Amino acid sequence: MSSSIDSTLTPAVENSTDRAQRINALRESAYRIRRHALDMGEVQGQGYIGQALGVADILAVAYKDVLNYRADEPGWAERDRFLLSIGHYAIALYAALAEAGILNVEELATYGSDDSRLPMSGMASYTPGMEISGGSLGHGLGVAAGMALGLRHQGSSARVYNLLSDGELDEGSTWEAALACAHHGLDNVTTIVDVNALQADGPTAGVLRTEPVTDKWEAFGWHAIRVDGNDIGALLTAFDAARVHRGSPSVLVCDTQIGRGVPLLETREKAHFMRVEEHEWQVARDQLAHHHRNRKGSDA
Amino acid sequence: MNAPVTSTNAPRKLTTSAMIASIAEEGQRTTKAPFGHALARLAEERPEIVGLSADLAKYTDMHIFRDAHPDRFFQMGMAEQSMLGAAAGLAEVGLVPFASTYSVFATRRAYDFLCLDIAEPGLNVNVVGALPGLTTGYGPSHQATEDLAILRGMPGLTIVDPADSVDIEQAVPALAAAPGPTYLRLLRGAVPTVLDEYDYRFELGRAAELRTGRDVLFISTGLMTTRALTAAKELAADHIDAAVLHVPTIKPLDTEAILRETAKGRLVVTLENHTVIGGLAESVASCLAYAGAGVRIVPIGLPDAFLAAGALPTLHDRYGLSVSAIKTRVREEL
Repeated sequence: MSSSIDSTLTPAVENSTDRAQRINALRESAYRIRRHALDMGEVQGQGYIGQALGVADILAVAYKDVLNYRADEPGWAERDRFLLSIGHYAIALYAALAEAGILNVEELATYGSDDSRLPMSGMASYTPGMEISGGSLGHGLGVAAGMALGLRHQGSSARVYNLLSDGELDEGSTWEAALACAHHGLDNVTTIVDVNALQADGPTAGVLRTEPVTDKWEAFGWHAIRVDGNDIGALLTAFDAARVHRGSPSVLVCDTQIGRGVPLLETREKAHFMRVEEHEWQVARDQLAHHHRNRKGSDA
Repeated sequence: MNAPVTSTNAPRKLTTSAMIASIAEEGQRTTKAPFGHALARLAEERPEIVGLSADLAKYTDMHIFRDAHPDRFFQMGMAEQSMLGAAAGLAEVGLVPFASTYSVFATRRAYDFLCLDIAEPGLNVNVVGALPGLTTGYGPSHQATEDLAILRGMPGLTIVDPADSVDIEQAVPALAAAPGPTYLRLLRGAVPTVLDEYDYRFELGRAAELRTGRDVLFISTGLMTTRALTAAKELAADHIDAAVLHVPTIKPLDTEAILRETAKGRLVVTLENHTVIGGLAESVASCLAYAGAGVRIVPIGLPDAFLAAGALPTLHDRYGLSVSAIKTRVREEL
């Protein structure tokens, strides 16, 4: 489907200095989100750290550039909704909520502990800013469809974002909801598919082939944009395009790298639930900082 | 779906009725589409009421609401998981959805969505299931004979099995007013109108004594309450005095009324349009056992089996839900 961007809705042309500053600020955010995730992973000694590092750039762009929300009023009725369909990515979302100012950074240390507001799998009733209880996969997009129908019915301009994984494309309910969003012309919905090409039993290509992912969404009536999910500049362009697109829902198909930003984990054998040895957390933090500094240097 | 061919001399067999079969008995007063009309009326007072269906609006009486309030009706297609997820989303932004489909699809097919999207966050979503128990002759694909058993274990879910059109009309605003999730076993089409002859008001969570009697206590729910009332009237001719305690809310159960009424030394008979596993009979049994009340129960309900296809009157007789089957069972047990 070709993009039908209305020129009157296109953001004012940005000069290159502004854009570079915007991208640099988001890289700093993504770095902090990764750093928070590593700290939380160390508390548990394990976890979905590979996915968290992979999705950090998407969350940085979402929470620091795209979403309209009030950090001190997470239930504000006019907020954009960000649904974490992939409940096990909670470690990444908590890091992003801290970066967004909705959670205190200190609270992240309680991740996965008894009586914590930050359980291993995301639950709306536990955590401010967590919109749904995901984790039983294939639920987020259906709820997003209802929220978007409701918000449109109420005349609200709030938007609904749903983050799902390529593994969730196995679930029939995802496609039921995809049909519903397209049928009802819900252009206030943006779905983000984290294509890390890995699921619980191994590489997606071997578990249940989902490619060509973009073609599938287009066939379902969505405005589909495929983008490098670890390229902040490309993500900004894609989110901006989705925001102004009218007439159909948008999907950002984001290719991401498991363990991104930490070479030790980028090169480790890919696993859904990545094992990190006790002494490796500090190594990972050091590598992350080194990688981040070098990247900044090369951009300058 | 026709009955097998019979020889020309044999009496003509009853045939499976079309989808909208009335459960009304011959000569019984009925009201058309009480759910749809009640919801449309309620929506006039409450702008946050919305409706959804999964390609079954016409077959769940939701079409009445759809036609009265087209901007507040959302067609989700034949996709029950998506419908219940969307209903949760609508409730999340402050609307009060009623989502209708057949009971088999709401429970068996979309259980995870009812459980995690709606019940776990405690949302005010009202799921409306048509063809509960044995109210269609289409066989196991459409007969929700175990929907109560499936749903009773779901924390926080209110479950209502109305007896007739009066019950449905009064239940709809009560369900919308209740803050959490609900499941309504829908009687649709030409629905019997019976309870207006009694001093009765639907109250969520409360059982109601519709008739007093010294010998037998019928504890009934859903359409079996109207059968229990008819059976009680007819048993009076045999000098059997039967009381009827109507239990429209299966969960939370009115244990106080059940313990009070079962303590009077009468034969206790439970009646439900549902398998005897996991529905009213076992709800009453556990209520009595937990209270240490050693009262025997005669359960009238559907057998623990996948049921046959056929004409409803034939099937209700075969599986013991008809008035004559109820009377025979009571006489045997007394």
